[in-house]
Amino acid sequence: MSEMAPLDGMPPMDSAHELGELEVGTVVTERDVTLTRDSLVRYAGASGDFNPIHYRDDVAAAVGLPGVLAHGMLTMGAAVQPVVDWAGPSRILDYQVRFTRPVVVDPETGAQLHVVATVGRVDEASARIDLTVTVDGKTVLGKAQVVVATGR
Amino acid sequence: MPVNPELQGRQYPPTAPYLVGREKVREFARAVQATHPEHLDVEAARAAGHADVIAPPTFPIVIQELTLRQLLDDETAGVDFTRVVHGDQRFTAIRPIVAGDELTAQLTVTSVKSLGGNDMVTSESVITDAHGEHVVTATSTLVVRGEA
Repeated sequence: MSEMAPLDGMPPMDSAHELGELEVGTVVTERDVTLTRDSLVRYAGASGDFNPIHYRDDVAAAVGLPGVLAHGMLTMGAAVQPVVDWAGPSRILDYQVRFTRPVVVDPETGAQLHVVATVGRVDEASARIDLTVTVDGKTVLGKAQVVVATGR
Repeated sequence: MPVNPELQGRQYPPTAPYLVGREKVREFARAVQATHPEHLDVEAARAAGHADVIAPPTFPIVIQELTLRQLLDDETAGVDFTRVVHGDQRFTAIRPIVAGDELTAQLTVTSVKSLGGNDMVTSESVITDAHGEHVVTATSTLVVRGEA
């Protein structure tokens, strides 16, 4: 087999599928995302960001952090995935976040992100999807907004 | 050393071409827990009209990072890496990045502000393909903590 099968039995999604009529306030998708220390090592390798605060407890402690932190860009990258799956990756026009609270990743239990994606604004050919991203009920990303194309 | 107040408007030379590899796209996609087949499966990507697998929305950080390195390595800029915290990040896409793209990026410092003892340095990295076509703009605000 030369190509990888889609993961987790996810049905292949057609980017040209209709998103339907969107209404402000509607939750379009929601997901829990678990980040473990393994996730951080994997992201370090994939992104090239080898800052040791993302994998060494001693370094994190030495610079006064409460623990090893997830890369902000990993949190940003993982948090948008429910919207990518819902809309299709070609529809993502713009994505922004503010890093408001560090995500501490416990060596045993990791950290669980809860992502809720809500329609924030509807324009003629696009919609703004607002992400609420929390860990233990506390928001970790501010102004997390994804603009998706809604036309065919 | 504080951030150079004359940094606003400074532009760095375009980075050397970065060839986006198919396996790099898949590796990055797995790292951000992307599951959409267009990131992983060439046939699915082609069926959707792309030449090859497409990169996740935050993949441009890999190319943008090359430009941020120019800024951090510029001693006259005064952006001290050891005091930098990533404040905001934004990607504005013209089209998705596709495996096989050869991309260069050019950074311009768009704003330098002081707020509560910290300096906020905002830069835009314009990423273009081998034909000179604009693919995506990556915008970062770095917060440089004031010296205690």
